[in-house]
Amino acid sequence: MKRLSGFYLLSLVALILPQIFPDNYYLTVVGVFATLHIILAVGLNLLMGYCGQISLGHAAFFGLGAYSSAILTTRYQLDPWLAMISGMVLVFIIANLIARPILKLKGHYLAMATLGFGIIVHIIFVQTEALSGGPDGLGDIPTLSIAGWAVDSDIRWYYVTTISALGTILLSLNLIASRSGRAIRAVHGSEFAAQMMGINSNKTKVMVFVFAAVLASFAGSLFAYQQNFVSPDSFSFFFSIELVTMVVLGGMASTYGAVFGAILLTFLPELLIVFEDYEMLVYGAILMLVMIFMPQGLFISLGHQLTQLKKNYWPNKKPAGDQQ
Amino acid sequence: MNLLRVKHLEKSFGGVSAISNLSFDLPKGIVFSVIGPNGAGKTTLFNMLCGFYTPDQGSIIFKKENAEQNKEVIYHSLHNMATHQIAACGISRSFQNLQIFFNMTALENVMVGCHLQSSSRFLPSLLRLPSVIKEEQRVKQQALNALAFCHLDHLANEMADSLAYGDLKRLEIARALASKPKLLMLDEPAAGLNDTETQQMSHLIRKICDSGVTVLLVEHNMELVMTSSDQILVLNFGHLLAQGTPDEIQNNPVVVKAYLGEDI
Repeated sequence: MKRLSGFYLLSLVALILPQIFPDNYYLTVVGVFATLHIILAVGLNLLMGYCGQISLGHAAFFGLGAYSSAILTTRYQLDPWLAMISGMVLVFIIANLIARPILKLKGHYLAMATLGFGIIVHIIFVQTEALSGGPDGLGDIPTLSIAGWAVDSDIRWYYVTTISALGTILLSLNLIASRSGRAIRAVHGSEFAAQMMGINSNKTKVMVFVFAAVLASFAGSLFAYQQNFVSPDSFSFFFSIELVTMVVLGGMASTYGAVFGAILLTFLPELLIVFEDYEMLVYGAILMLVMIFMPQGLFISLGHQLTQLKKNYWPNKKPAGDQQ
Repeated sequence: MNLLRVKHLEKSFGGVSAISNLSFDLPKGIVFSVIGPNGAGKTTLFNMLCGFYTPDQGSIIFKKENAEQNKEVIYHSLHNMATHQIAACGISRSFQNLQIFFNMTALENVMVGCHLQSSSRFLPSLLRLPSVIKEEQRVKQQALNALAFCHLDHLANEMADSLAYGDLKRLEIARALASKPKLLMLDEPAAGLNDTETQQMSHLIRKICDSGVTVLLVEHNMELVMTSSDQILVLNFGHLLAQGTPDEIQNNPVVVKAYLGEDI
């Protein structure tokens, strides 16, 4: 099927790479973070890129998922899977409750409200020491096991998170090519016209917000089990901003753009280590340059460039070498 | 047979009265135009009919069910209904300042118009169940038909932001028609169009009416109004000035006075 050809290609690459490099640090350690970031960025892209609603507090849902899993498994000895599902149900309820009033706001006001929510949740993680362990965090979180197969090595985690991320990408691609997906994009295009076509725009926005939040909670649980440890630092305001950057840098309103942005922003700091003290400087400069020269995002701009190149070099399906 | 009944409608913004004590009946199956000088309250009337503004007083009643079948007229009050609920009753519109979904192709724009004609929900869509795929195909065909009706089928897969202005005007109408409305409101469909395009628009409006959709038209181009309308309502400063056929309106001294001023 043509619609999913990009997805099949991505799956193939993601699943063949570990066969070739089973012990590669970048693949099995950084790669796990990249795939978790993909789940988060693809969800956030549905809300920001497709529905046009900003959220500066997305890390809160990631954190709520992680802490639900951590607390329920260590303090209440709940099964990791049940703890994960409980976290998702909790986030579903919280997201529903806050989305209804918050998403009536627009633009800067929505940004402020979600920012506030993110900060409040972060403070709760720090302050409820008896439950969350406070600033020191919470350790000894058990790992997942799938029907007796314990996910206890880097490579096994790579497969679990990669398949989860691929699943998320597939859900996102399916959604966008459907009636609900068109309603989501219509709300972005013109809210008034969307309503006139019979779309309940408030309900649509809440639906996307809640879905993105539940995905983040799922990623948060995986994160907790993979790290065996959670602390509030991982879910701060800065991580919310990093997620927004992934979506914007990769290219808004493109699922593959979000994937690309997540991979790039996870690997970039690793690759920039060679600059030592100037690492963050170069990192910032790269982000600025991309936004100045490719305001639509890397993935979309590069896509346009490739199409243009193809037009220039194969105007009549001539091979490139034949150009004079 | 009346499709829409407006009674004693009032709307003011601050101290300025935009519509005052307006009552009229809109018969089914005709092209009904609302004209008047700038600031007469035409757009305010439109925005109240589609739920964007809430009337201060008065009622708007829309016939929802098919009376021929039920032998009984069921009216639906539009007062205090949200825009998307009003759309579900069978009212759609185009916009004076374009409200196109520029982040989509022309075809996708019209497929959004089919929202009320389809029912796939969020979770089945995520999983792309067979029922969703089947409905997608039906919706796509329906949207293509609506595009063809407005002579836009050759532009189906173009991005909306690459379309010419005249095409966008017709795209809005195609999108509204895709929702299979009983009443289609057109807010200045010919504004900014050249003579040829205006002529085509006139034909399109006639064609829409012939297909059984009642048209409520607001337009400044008098030639278009006089040739396409069956009935005309004239507003001036929120008041009903006159109502009648194009001939009656053209020869009505009060209307001429409002438009051209008095002889000295």
